[in-house]
Amino acid sequence: MSTSPKNTPALLDVLDVSKAFGTVQVLRSVSLQVAKGEVVTVIGPSGSGKTTLLRCVNFLESYDSGSIRIDGKEVGFREAGTRQRRSERDLAAMRAETGMVFQSFNLFPHLTAAGNIMLGLTKVRGKSNAEARTIAEHWLGRVGLAHKADSLPAELSGGQQQRVGIARAVAMGPKILLLDEITSALDPELVGEVLEVVRSLAEDGMTMVMVTHEMAFARDASSRIIFMADGGVSAAGPPAEILAADTDNERLRTFLARFRASHF
Amino acid sequence: MLTQIAYALPFLAQGFALTLWVSLLVVVFSLIAGVIMGVGLVYGPVPLQWAVRIFSDTIRGIPILVLIFFVYYGLPAVGLHLPSFWAAVLALTLFKTAQVVEYFRGAVGSIPKGQSEAAMAIGLTFRQRLAYVIFPQAFRRFLPPWINGVTDAVKGSALVSLLGITDLMQAINQVIGRTYEAMPLYILGALIYFAVNYALSLASRRLERRFSFIRE
Repeated sequence: MSTSPKNTPALLDVLDVSKAFGTVQVLRSVSLQVAKGEVVTVIGPSGSGKTTLLRCVNFLESYDSGSIRIDGKEVGFREAGTRQRRSERDLAAMRAETGMVFQSFNLFPHLTAAGNIMLGLTKVRGKSNAEARTIAEHWLGRVGLAHKADSLPAELSGGQQQRVGIARAVAMGPKILLLDEITSALDPELVGEVLEVVRSLAEDGMTMVMVTHEMAFARDASSRIIFMADGGVSAAGPPAEILAADTDNERLRTFLARFRASHF
Repeated sequence: MLTQIAYALPFLAQGFALTLWVSLLVVVFSLIAGVIMGVGLVYGPVPLQWAVRIFSDTIRGIPILVLIFFVYYGLPAVGLHLPSFWAAVLALTLFKTAQVVEYFRGAVGSIPKGQSEAAMAIGLTFRQRLAYVIFPQAFRRFLPPWINGVTDAVKGSALVSLLGITDLMQAINQVIGRTYEAMPLYILGALIYFAVNYALSLASRRLERRFSFIRE
């Protein structure tokens, strides 16, 4: 099954990726292409491999076979086909090109909001403190937290922390942004402010892959939805097609029915 | 009695200086060795983890006195003759290193895995992750047990007197040998050890407060 629009070159190219944790096959020959500027949401029941897939893209997890390329460059291994891991330095440089936002925020608690954003800018991008501070303030402004630059994470609400998490990721100027269930740990009333930030990034043309349970958001904001089940891509297509109640895909229909039942 | 003790004070001061010198060497050497081995234990390849594990468990299972005698009287059997001072420093350092390894492991192990992952995700290398993300957070948890350990090192250094080294303890014993004023001199010695260790724990509490802003 093709999961990519035909005529644009893929920024992210996942090809035949498989991975097992012990005897559990978490990814089964997953292929997925994402073009520049696309917003792809990945949905599916828990345990279907969504998060693992995302973590393979910036090589927080290794995988057993297949290839993942960003902008034509193999991510974790030296060349496609070989299983030789890149050096620590190479991996770090690669990861700097992919932003990641985590379910549990993972802000650095000993640094302020601005400090969280500045760390990668100064240590990885080699910017001066003053430059980094300017960039940090710009992005904090973008996520509506200009006034919280000098607050520590513990002084921020969950929604605010996650917005700093997004600012930290995008400030690095990544080619692609990976969002891993970024609203799942939030109180319902804080979900909106975070999704609003994601939506505005999408409007600016940021390429994103987002694992989410927010179906309404997936429907409204994504160019394509990938439905994963049992470690494989079970269905992929535009939102209207995937979220249609009368889909032929049995697993997808069950998933959507269960989802609707539990959300009303 | 007081004049006799006053007369002995310069001698006691020399012994005290040696106690501080031994403690300082042990604390510095064990901190360096312990952190390096701790990194090996937490992040190293499996054989290295095992090596550190065996070292730490073995050393911590041996009374420090046995360790001191082993290094001074035992190692010459395999051709390693150390002057008593350095034998004492080595034995105490081995002992402290094994503890520092454990403090380090505990402190670093208490930092959630997500911290490393977030640091990786913005492209920090292994060393940068340790230096800017893990260590600053682990430091606060490392500090209290480590300072406790420093006071242990100061107290434990009294054992070097058993190798005939004139530290504070040995100096006190020698003055008692001359003056037979056991009680006042032991009290004086206890007060000196106490003063040093109390100052250390005050400093520790201060430092802890300085870093207490770090909350998760």
